[in-house]
Amino acid sequence: MATAATTPIAPIAPTTVREWITWAVVAIVGAVALGWIALMRGEPVNALWIVVAALCVYAIAYRFYGLFIASRVLRVDPSRPTPAVRRDDGLDYVPTHKGVLFGHHFAAIAGAGPLVGPVLAAQMGYLPGTLWLLAGVVFAGAVQDFLILYFSTRRDARSLGDMIRSEMGLIPGTIALVGVLMIMIILLAVLALVVVKALTGSPWGTFTVFATIPIAVLMGLYGRFLRPGKIAEMSVIGFVLLMAAIVGGEPVAHSPTLAPLFTYSGPALALILMAYGFVASVAPVWLLLAPRDYLSTFLKIGVIAGLALGILYVRPDLQMPAVTHFIDGTGPAFSGKLFPFLFITIACGAVSGFHALIASGTTPKMVASEADLRFIGYGAMLTESFVAIMALIAACVLDPAVYFAMNAPPALIGTTAQSAASAIANWGFVVTPDMLDQLARDVGESSILSRAGGAPTLAVGMAHILSKVIGGQAMMAFWYHFAILFEALFILTTVDAGTRVARFMIQDLLGSFVPAMKETQKLGPNLVGTALAVGLWGYFLYSGVTDPLGGINTLWPLFGISNQMLAAIALILSTVLLFKMKRDRYAWVTMVPTAWLLICTLTAGWQKLFDPNPKIGFLAHAQMFSDALARGEILAPAKSAAEMQRIILNDRIDAALCVLFIVVVLSILLYGIGAIRKAKAATQPTTQEVGDALPA
Amino acid sequence: MRFLHKLAEGARLMVGVPDYDRYVAHRAAHHPGEPVMTLKEFHRDRVDRRYGTGPGAPPRCC
Repeated sequence: MATAATTPIAPIAPTTVREWITWAVVAIVGAVALGWIALMRGEPVNALWIVVAALCVYAIAYRFYGLFIASRVLRVDPSRPTPAVRRDDGLDYVPTHKGVLFGHHFAAIAGAGPLVGPVLAAQMGYLPGTLWLLAGVVFAGAVQDFLILYFSTRRDARSLGDMIRSEMGLIPGTIALVGVLMIMIILLAVLALVVVKALTGSPWGTFTVFATIPIAVLMGLYGRFLRPGKIAEMSVIGFVLLMAAIVGGEPVAHSPTLAPLFTYSGPALALILMAYGFVASVAPVWLLLAPRDYLSTFLKIGVIAGLALGILYVRPDLQMPAVTHFIDGTGPAFSGKLFPFLFITIACGAVSGFHALIASGTTPKMVASEADLRFIGYGAMLTESFVAIMALIAACVLDPAVYFAMNAPPALIGTTAQSAASAIANWGFVVTPDMLDQLARDVGESSILSRAGGAPTLAVGMAHILSKVIGGQAMMAFWYHFAILFEALFILTTVDAGTRVARFMIQDLLGSFVPAMKETQKLGPNLVGTALAVGLWGYFLYSGVTDPLGGINTLWPLFGISNQMLAAIALILSTVLLFKMKRDRYAWVTMVPTAWLLICTLTAGWQKLFDPNPKIGFLAHAQMFSDALARGEILAPAKSAAEMQRIILNDRIDAALCVLFIVVVLSILLYGIGAIRKAKAATQPTTQEVGDALPA
Repeated sequence: MRFLHKLAEGARLMVGVPDYDRYVAHRAAHHPGEPVMTLKEFHRDRVDRRYGTGPGAPPRCC
C-alpha cells in the first residue's frame, strides 16, 4: 500500500485568524448576493449579483468541500507517483504544470451543452436555473469529475468503461458502453439540430458557417506542408479569414443572386449536415478536423473570457422575472414541470456524464501530482458551471417577450410578428410586432421567430452585451453572427469528431459478430461504420427537424436524460469504489448526488414515456396522431397519411430509446448494489489500484 | 516571459500537442542514441494520435 497513513491530513477548517476573516467575508458577501437575487422582486436585478453569488459559492465549495473530498474522502497522496511520472514518455504521459493541464481539461469539457441548456431553462425564470447550476455543480458535477479523474489517475489512466468492467464486471461494462454509444448518437443529433435551427433561412449565417470549411482546409494545407506544426500562425490566419467571412456574409445576404445559394430550409440543412458529417469524418484528420478544432478551441476560450469581461463591464439588468409561471410545465421552449425537467434541461453546466469520459481520457495521463487533482477535476467543473451561469445571464438580459418569440414553435405563436406579439401578450409579456421586426433587422436576419435551440437566443443575448462594449447598435448584426459562427464552429467540430468516435464504437461492437468490421484502417469497414454512425444520428436529426413540436422539445430532454444517466453511472462506479476502499463513512458524498440524479432521470424518463400530455409523453403523442389517422384527419405539420405514420414511428422510437436508457441505468444500479454488498462483506480493501508496487 | 511560455504551452496542449522541447529532453535523458522525431514528425504524430484511430482517441464533450 502507498503511505496514505503517513501523509499528514490537512485540516479543513481555516487555521489562522486572517483566513477565518477572509472566508467569513466571502460567505457573507455570497449570502447577501444570493439573498438579493432570490428575494428581490419588483425591480430588475443586476447580473452582477448573480456573478458575485456564483463566485462566492464556487470559492467556498472549492476551499472547503473540495478540500474535504481530497483530504478525507479520497486521501490524495502527493507523494504517490502518478501515471505521468511512472510512464513518462514525453508524448502521451507527460507530467504537466497544473495550470497548463487545467486549460487542457477545461477546453475538453467545455462544449455547447452548458451554453444551450441554461438558455432553454431561462423560460422558468433566472432563479431556478441559477440555484440548480450552483447546487448541482458543487454537490454532483464537480464531485463526479474530481472522483473519476482521481480513480482513473490511480488506475493508469484507464477509461470509464474499463474501470466499470474491471471493478464491477464484464456485463455492466458492456451495458455501459452501449449506453455511451446511444448517448453519443443523441448528442450528435441534438447538436446538429441546434445548428440547423440557427441557420434555417439565414443566408448570412449559412455563408459564414460554410466558409469555415475552405478556411479550415487552407489552414490544414498550410500546417501540413508550408509551415508544419505552426499552430499559432495557422490559427491567426484562420481567425482573420473567419472575421472576413462574417463581414462578407452581409453583402451575400443582401445580394439577390448570392443569397438564394445560401438560403435553406431545415430539412435541406439536415441533409447537408449529414453529407458533411460523412465526408468530414472519412477525410484525413489534418485537412479539416484538426485545423477547425484549433479555431473552435481558441475561439471558445476567447469568447468565454470576452463574455465574462463584457458582463462585468456592461453590468446588464436581468429582464426575465425571477420565476415565471411556466414552472407549471406549460412553457414553449420545453414542456414539463420544474421537477424533473429543469434538472434534465440544464444538463452539462451542473452535472454532465460526458465529463466522466474526459476525466478518464487524456487528462489523467498528464497529472503531475495527486495534489493537483482538486484544482483540475473540481476546479475545471466549477469554471464550466460559470460558463453556464453566463449563458443564463445572456438569455435573461433579453426582453422576456423576445426570448419567448425566439423559443416558441410556430404552432404556438404563428409565423408573423403580429401573431407572435399577440400570442406572447396572452402569456403576460408585452411586445409590439414592430419591436420584433426591428430586432430582426438589428441582427441582420429576416425573422427571429421560433429560432429554438438556444444558439440564436444566446447569440442575441451576447450581441446585446458585446455591442454595448464595442460598436453599439451598428455592430449588433456582426456580434450576432459572430456568436452563431462561434457556436456552429465547435458544434461542427464535435459532430465530425463524434462521428469518428461513434464509428469506432460501432466497428468494435459489430466486430464481435463480423470480424472484418474490426479493421478500422480499411476503407470498406470504415465507410460502412461511418455510414451507420451518420445514419443513426441523421435519423434523429431529421425527425427532429420535421418534428411538430419543434425538435428541441423532443431531443433535448432525451439528451439531458441520457447525459444525466451517464453521470449517475459514473457516480455509481465512484460509490462502489469508495466502498471497495473501505471508505464507507464517506460514501454519502457520491450516494446523495446519485440518488438525486436517479430520481430526476427516472421520473423524467417515466413522464416522457407515459405522461398523458402529448407535449410531454411520447406514447400519448403517438396516440394522438394514430387516433387522428383512424378518424381520417391529418394533423399539422404532417401533410399526408404517410407523414403521420412517420411521426408515429418517430415517437415510438424515441419511447424505445427512453426505455433503453432506463434499463441501462437500472441494471448498472443493480450491479452497483451487488458490488457494494460484496465490498462490505470483505474485511480488506478490494479495490484494484495500479502503481502501488512501484517505488516512489 | 515564463508566463508567456506557459500560456503558449497551455494553448498547444488544449489542442493536444505537448511540449516538443520536453519530448526531446526526455528522449535524450532516457533513450540516448535512439531516434528522435523532428518537429514535423512530432506534430504529425500528435495530430494522428488526437483525432486518429484506435482506443486512444480522446472523447469529445457536449
